[in-house]
Amino acid sequence: MARAGSDIGAPAVAVREVSVALGGRPILHGVDTTVHSGETVALLGANGSGKSTLVKTIVGLYPVDGGRVELFGTPLPAFKSWQRVGYVPQRTTAAAGVPATVGEVVFSGLLTPRTWIGRRGRTDRAAVREALATVGMLDRIGDPVAALSGGQQQRVLIARALARRPDLLIMDEPMAGVDLVSQQTFADALAGLSEQGTTILLVLHELGPLAPLIDRTVVLRAGGVQYDGAPVEHGEDDPGHGHERPGHDHVHPHDAPNAAPGTPACPPGPTPVETLKMTMSSSGPARSAGPAGSAGPARSAGSAAPGVSAGPAGAANALPSIASPTRKAGPAC
Amino acid sequence: MLSNTIFGLAFMQRAFLAALVIGLAAPAIGTYLVQRRLALMGDGLGHVALTGVGLGLITNTSPVWGAVLVAVAGAAAVELIRERAKASGDVALAMLFYGGLAGGSMLISLSGGNANLNAYLFGSILSTTDGDLWAIASLAVGVLLVTLGLRRALFAVCQDEEFARVAGLPVRALNLLLAVTTAVTVTVGMRVVGVLMVSALMVVPVAAAQQLTRAFAATMGLAMAIGVGAAMSGVTMSYYADTPPGASIVLIAIAVFLLASVSAGLVGRRRGRTRAAAGTGTPGAGAPVSNPSSRPPHRTARSLPE
Repeated sequence: MARAGSDIGAPAVAVREVSVALGGRPILHGVDTTVHSGETVALLGANGSGKSTLVKTIVGLYPVDGGRVELFGTPLPAFKSWQRVGYVPQRTTAAAGVPATVGEVVFSGLLTPRTWIGRRGRTDRAAVREALATVGMLDRIGDPVAALSGGQQQRVLIARALARRPDLLIMDEPMAGVDLVSQQTFADALAGLSEQGTTILLVLHELGPLAPLIDRTVVLRAGGVQYDGAPVEHGEDDPGHGHERPGHDHVHPHDAPNAAPGTPACPPGPTPVETLKMTMSSSGPARSAGPAGSAGPARSAGSAAPGVSAGPAGAANALPSIASPTRKAGPAC
Repeated sequence: MLSNTIFGLAFMQRAFLAALVIGLAAPAIGTYLVQRRLALMGDGLGHVALTGVGLGLITNTSPVWGAVLVAVAGAAAVELIRERAKASGDVALAMLFYGGLAGGSMLISLSGGNANLNAYLFGSILSTTDGDLWAIASLAVGVLLVTLGLRRALFAVCQDEEFARVAGLPVRALNLLLAVTTAVTVTVGMRVVGVLMVSALMVVPVAAAQQLTRAFAATMGLAMAIGVGAAMSGVTMSYYADTPPGASIVLIAIAVFLLASVSAGLVGRRRGRTRAAAGTGTPGAGAPVSNPSSRPPHRTARSLPE
């Protein structure tokens, strides 16, 4: 996306040694990560690891106590181009105390620092319809949001964030309470946006159907970055499979023999969604998700065998690539 | 013939004008309050406004403008408390509201003779003066300018405050504006229905309207129509049946609400039957189990798409 100004080349999101305390309680300490233009990054972590706090800090809802957050190269308090950012807060419902139609809710996403006082015009209506079409909800534009299922309401919230045609889309747990049908629609919509060059940062509990889209995962633990690199399926401790965390020196039976620490792993459940075979080198058609030159490379998301050469420079050689994810039906691992 | 008699009386003309103005303004601001689930905000600010009435009486200045000033200050305080304190916010609000009520009662009593107190508690629309009418009308015009002119931004803030903040809207200023507008509406309504019932005229028409509507804009429009209808017929009723105007207006509005809920329930049931017979239900859409909305089930069922 060509933009005027000096921010070309600046990462969409730069989090530098950020510490955040809420109500005197430290939540994040020294978090450092970057989301480059065009990347799709998943933020994983157990409940209470601080991932929601981190995205709320990135969008300016919580004040930064230490370090700094930059959006498109501009540090946060000075950043004013909020029309470039689409935000999907964590919600169980899109409804409020008074009925509102899907169209009305999505329309509110068009308001920006410069246009909140204006009137609605024809281009605005077109933008609303386009955003709803992206999430497959255009036929519900006149329905009250309260009459929709949880997954459909979630898609309305995403359409609301998309209406302003953001360069950066930030979503807090967009898959919470979303039924399987909606999850797939949602994954398809995200793939389309990513192809158009939208940078996406999303908080997830597990990758699930989104796995093919994710360029990188960042795993938080106890308010710090525990892992930042090639996609891993799990970000949180699972009582049954607590040892499958990235960063553990544990090699799983179905992992490749030379799997390194930080290996993407999948619990040996009965029918995992994906079985990941690990290889050390990026063999096959690699999709470069590296920091440089990622502003809109042709992506092979969803193709048969996407090799991923990923990760920040420091960790690049230690990290494995995912080759040939074989997809099976069943619960997410 | 009927209108010839009561519209011919100057005090009734003023009463109808005041009723028209408050019938429009109160539901307009009330729609936003209900949307953000602050339906009792008007009630609280009414308590605070009483202190302003007391101040106006004791200093021999206008009680209406005293009420406006104190209610606006109270609204700003409420907004600050709401923004800062998360857990103890409701206790702080209670302090403010009861303090305002007690302070008003005290000051009015000290000003000599509490004959006036009832007029502010329950309204005295039939004794509206020309001066009152000008004050009420100009304040109400301001309220309508804010609630209709800024409806896009106010809708966004009341629908999802966090989203509006990230979108780059001046959320704090808009919240403050909404609170101040509420305070102004309370004082406008004070003369018509009294502080104890002005909140009802903000909330009840909205509650009635949303039984029948699917969209925010329609809810707001219908609520204003119901508000005007209830206010006008309440004044008429009080003239003929010699009932208190404030109580008449509120009871009529509540009757409209009951009628609307019953008819909405009937429509919803009929739609449900048609749908079940035709088997055209969209999977998952609005099924009460899968619907995380906090609406009562009957209303969810009612608002199902065809």
